[in-house]
Amino acid sequence: MEYVNPEGLRVDGRRPMEMRQIRAEIGAVSKADGSAIFEMGNTKVIAAVYGPREVQNRSQQMSDQALVRCEYSMANFSTGDRMRKPKGDRRSTEISLVIRQTMEACILTHLMPRSQIDIYVQVLQADGGTRSACINAATLALADAGIPMRDLVTSCSAGYLNSTPLLDLNYVEDSAGGPDVTVGILPKLDKVTLLQMDSKLPVDILENVMQLATEGCKAIANYIREILLENTKQLEYRRGS
Amino acid sequence: MRGIQLQLSQTQKVRLQKALEQLESLSSKVNSDASVTIADSIPVNHEDGVLKGHGTTDLNGEVVATLCGVVERVNKLVYVRSLRSRYKPEVGDIVIGRVVEVAQKRWRLDINYSQNAYLMLSAMNMPDGVQRRRTALDELNMRCIFEEMDVICAEVRGFQHDGLHLQARSQKYGKLSTGQLLTVPPYLVKRQKQHFHHLEQYGIDLIIGCNGFIWVGEHVEARDDMVEDQVNQTDPQVLIPNKDSVSFEEQEKNYTALETRKYICRAANAVRVLSSLGFIITLEIIKGVFELSLSSNLDIHDMLGSEFCVLVAEKEAERRSSNKKKR
Repeated sequence: MEYVNPEGLRVDGRRPMEMRQIRAEIGAVSKADGSAIFEMGNTKVIAAVYGPREVQNRSQQMSDQALVRCEYSMANFSTGDRMRKPKGDRRSTEISLVIRQTMEACILTHLMPRSQIDIYVQVLQADGGTRSACINAATLALADAGIPMRDLVTSCSAGYLNSTPLLDLNYVEDSAGGPDVTVGILPKLDKVTLLQMDSKLPVDILENVMQLATEGCKAIANYIREILLENTKQLEYRRGS
Repeated sequence: MRGIQLQLSQTQKVRLQKALEQLESLSSKVNSDASVTIADSIPVNHEDGVLKGHGTTDLNGEVVATLCGVVERVNKLVYVRSLRSRYKPEVGDIVIGRVVEVAQKRWRLDINYSQNAYLMLSAMNMPDGVQRRRTALDELNMRCIFEEMDVICAEVRGFQHDGLHLQARSQKYGKLSTGQLLTVPPYLVKRQKQHFHHLEQYGIDLIIGCNGFIWVGEHVEARDDMVEDQVNQTDPQVLIPNKDSVSFEEQEKNYTALETRKYICRAANAVRVLSSLGFIITLEIIKGVFELSLSSNLDIHDMLGSEFCVLVAEKEAERRSSNKKKR
């Protein structure tokens, strides 16, 4: 199948280096300590953070750092065909683990000893790149909850189809079976915290694709920063003195 | 928009927008670019020497924020005051908590902190007001004082090796009953000299806990514990109130007048409106909202409606701008 037509446009009419429309909203869950909705095109994810709070399972308590937990789930209505998935299937366990490790790397856990932070992410609409969207939503929710972090983590995916590197794959491109590189970076520290790839790519091309994904991450980071700053300003002026 | 999930009509939207814009313009004159987000670098003058406080780290010689909030500078100290986050206890704070567990010689309380707080049996006055050693019998009878899910008011004593400790060494602290507990984000509560308030004309008590838990209840007269004489000191077991056999007269005595209950609900709704708008919560402002609802003859349930919310926002903008002019 042709994923990039001769005019250089993709299936959904984007250029190869173009990202989908992103939108973020803070404060979607009123009872949570922090929450956010993040959208990348048709992919829509909601994240809620509870904590730092008392550790529920006393045996997991750590006296020098916080325990970070993450639960990823997909709503039944999120995909085209409505499927009843068991809660603990392998895919969601794996993504939960990935998100947990990525977030744990940036949270300053040593500042909150003997406590626990719960991150719940749910996919409301799935259209490729759910992993990246979840990480971005979780970052926003953590920042909203006032949890100290080294840096914002942002994530973006890129692929390689029809010998063209493509930024931010959607579902159709994702299911083409080509390579799909998901990158998570700390933009300020300029470090990579997450790198995943399906199938194979030559090393020199991987470099290009990764570079493209990193650029995408940086664009998302700028957007997230804007949203957070606006939110902080709003909270401050409404509070008054 | 955060917190406001109401159906607003077009005119209400415009009015709310206008009021909020006015609030924004009032605050922006004071500190325009003090807000930071995570990983923003904070401009500092390195020649004077810098003390990095909470919410900051060092990155290649730069001071970088690790929280979203407002930069505060006190002489050399630079720190970030976070807005939406859990409560951070300070010694002497008055807090309200809910008992989650009755443990050995102590109660564990949820006070909206990252850990539970402890209230030791020895760190509180006994309800009979007698000062004495706590015996094993007292320990067994702890549930008669506070049970799980009881709401308690106490003071932060400090950090011990095993966590945060509270104390309740006065009759004004202790179990709270006949009222409502409200939870607001802790950044909306300012530390003040007085956190216990008694609104005489309405017969209600208002306790604004520093941890964002706010108690609105019927007024109770604080007993002076020194009046109680040693003469009528009895066996502690006699003091245990038996819940099942509360006499009819007793029930009658504990009955809260309808009028008072209405005032409690009204004050509670005033706090709810303020917290949904994200305005700072102090006695004066709660009183203002309370009286606004009374003077506009609103039903209690209408206070949570969109019209009153817009009205409160407008009043608040007016109040702040008039405060500004006075200065």
